[in-house]
Amino acid sequence: MSEIALELRRLTVDIPTDAGMLHAVRGVSLTARRGETLCVVGESGCGKSLTTLAVMGLLPEGAKRGAERMELAGENLLKASPSRLRALRGDRMAMIFQDPMTCLNPSLTIGDQMTETFLHHGKGRRRAALDRAVALLERVGIAGAAGRIGQYPHQLSGGLRQRVVIAMALMCEPDVLLADEPTTALDATVQLGILQLLAALQREMHMALVLVTHDLGIVARIADRVAVMYAGEVVEEGAVRAVFDTPRHPYTRGLMQCIPQPGITAPGTRLGTIPGLVPYLVGEVAGCAFRGRCPHAMPACALPVPVREDAAHAWRCLL
Amino acid sequence: MLGFALRRAALAVAVGLAVSAIAFLLLRVSGDLAATLAGEEASAAEIERIRGLYGLDRPVIVQYGEWLLRSLRGDLGRSLFYPESVAKLILDRLPNTATLATLGLAVALLLSIPLGVVAALFRNTWIDRLALALAVLGQAMPSFWFALLLIFFFGITLGWLPVSGTEGLANFVLPALALGWFSTPVLMRLTRAGMVEVLAADYIRTAHAKGLPVRTVLVKHALRNAVAPVVALASVQFGNMLSGSVVIETVFALQGIGYLAWESISRRDFPVVQGILLVVALFYVVLTLVADLLNAWLDPRIRSG
Repeated sequence: MSEIALELRRLTVDIPTDAGMLHAVRGVSLTARRGETLCVVGESGCGKSLTTLAVMGLLPEGAKRGAERMELAGENLLKASPSRLRALRGDRMAMIFQDPMTCLNPSLTIGDQMTETFLHHGKGRRRAALDRAVALLERVGIAGAAGRIGQYPHQLSGGLRQRVVIAMALMCEPDVLLADEPTTALDATVQLGILQLLAALQREMHMALVLVTHDLGIVARIADRVAVMYAGEVVEEGAVRAVFDTPRHPYTRGLMQCIPQPGITAPGTRLGTIPGLVPYLVGEVAGCAFRGRCPHAMPACALPVPVREDAAHAWRCLL
Repeated sequence: MLGFALRRAALAVAVGLAVSAIAFLLLRVSGDLAATLAGEEASAAEIERIRGLYGLDRPVIVQYGEWLLRSLRGDLGRSLFYPESVAKLILDRLPNTATLATLGLAVALLLSIPLGVVAALFRNTWIDRLALALAVLGQAMPSFWFALLLIFFFGITLGWLPVSGTEGLANFVLPALALGWFSTPVLMRLTRAGMVEVLAADYIRTAHAKGLPVRTVLVKHALRNAVAPVVALASVQFGNMLSGSVVIETVFALQGIGYLAWESISRRDFPVVQGILLVVALFYVVLTLVADLLNAWLDPRIRSG
């Protein structure tokens, strides 16, 4: 088994609200290995984005983080000082955000924004930084990269901008690349190209790619492992084939029924839906958070639910 | 960028011409100049003589054309009161006003931008409220009153600084403080609003995700995007200061443009008033052009737009 790049044990993120403490992430454990793509799936508000922001140390103001363990390539992030975290961010761990239209600075050139990471982390001088930026822009499929260096974000299309954002994140060859719904804001025709690029870069640079998405189609295409999140918890986690072929948690099964499968789903059939709503996470949450929507719920579901596992995956359910 | 600059410059010339025409016409419609000049007891013949002497009997368009051509050569005519030419009168006083305005703007920017940034960083804390209180105080206090307080405290009680005259740079400290203080609140509030908006932007989160130092994030990534409206407003404020603050110049006995304008208006010295109007209007035109260019330099989207 390959080297562990990122390990999270029982991560929690609590956000104080007027109504009380919102337990947005409740004991999430994840492991991402070098040369592997881990997809974190779940619906909006399940805590998947907050999980990645917690790793980066970029949680919104007021949010409280707790964890048993949080390690980046063997380094304890829980003990890292703010300045140590700054040194790791952009260098050992990098992040790609959802909307490429807004996450590039409108008043700085592409080249300036790309090279500043490299220069700040002391990877080399300006010339080397520019060379690396041009090489990476070419690698992410931007034609005439040398000429693009002096351009501003508004001169590029959304798809090109996301490629720039990806190249920018790779300037220092991070151990872990966190991508938060990197294709959600893009046209469907551009999405596939970006995903294939991310998967290829992950293999070439032998990094751990943690891709947050709500799109199971994306997961099926590029994931090695998948973690399914629901209401701030990982409810099922394992090798992508195991989770897709033999989903064990009722929520995962519900999700699978929501997507059409080529050759299996007959034309004209209604796709599945999961009845009910995501639970309210303000205040104490006990037992399985999915029990209110679960067709198999039983009285014991109100008690703490143990994690069960087989050779290929683990799930948090009594079934 | 060059194309943008040329387009803006052409626009500035057009605006300058329009403004000169308005400046000229405003004075003509303010009453019969010949009658005013001749005095109250003048006979009709005398008024007509003066009308002919100053060329006021010719069509307005001819008068304007002649005045414009002469103005372009730097000849703004003669004062009706002083022995000097209008151009010399203005040029003599311009350095005082320009020094005062430049220092005043420097005071305003040095106070408002750091205060606005700090208020945005600590928004809704006591620091933010203190900055707001200062802003309210600054805007609520009449500038002559603040100037008098400065004179009383620094000039008389402490005796640190001269309170009147234009001998040296020290003479400009108190007037510049009084002038700058008055522009600070609005510039500060604008800086704060801009920073609050920009600090919430996705690209600031990106900058943090790169591990950049807080200072780099604040200055390079945030402030640059937040100051565009501040630049625009500051240029207008600078225009106000350059056109001469009658109040501040009077309180500190500074022989500047504002004081001259006020004097000349009360004496119906119309060539001087006209000259000052033209010069001040041209200041605004130039400053607007400079602000446009500065903003285009700050924000590349404006350049191509």
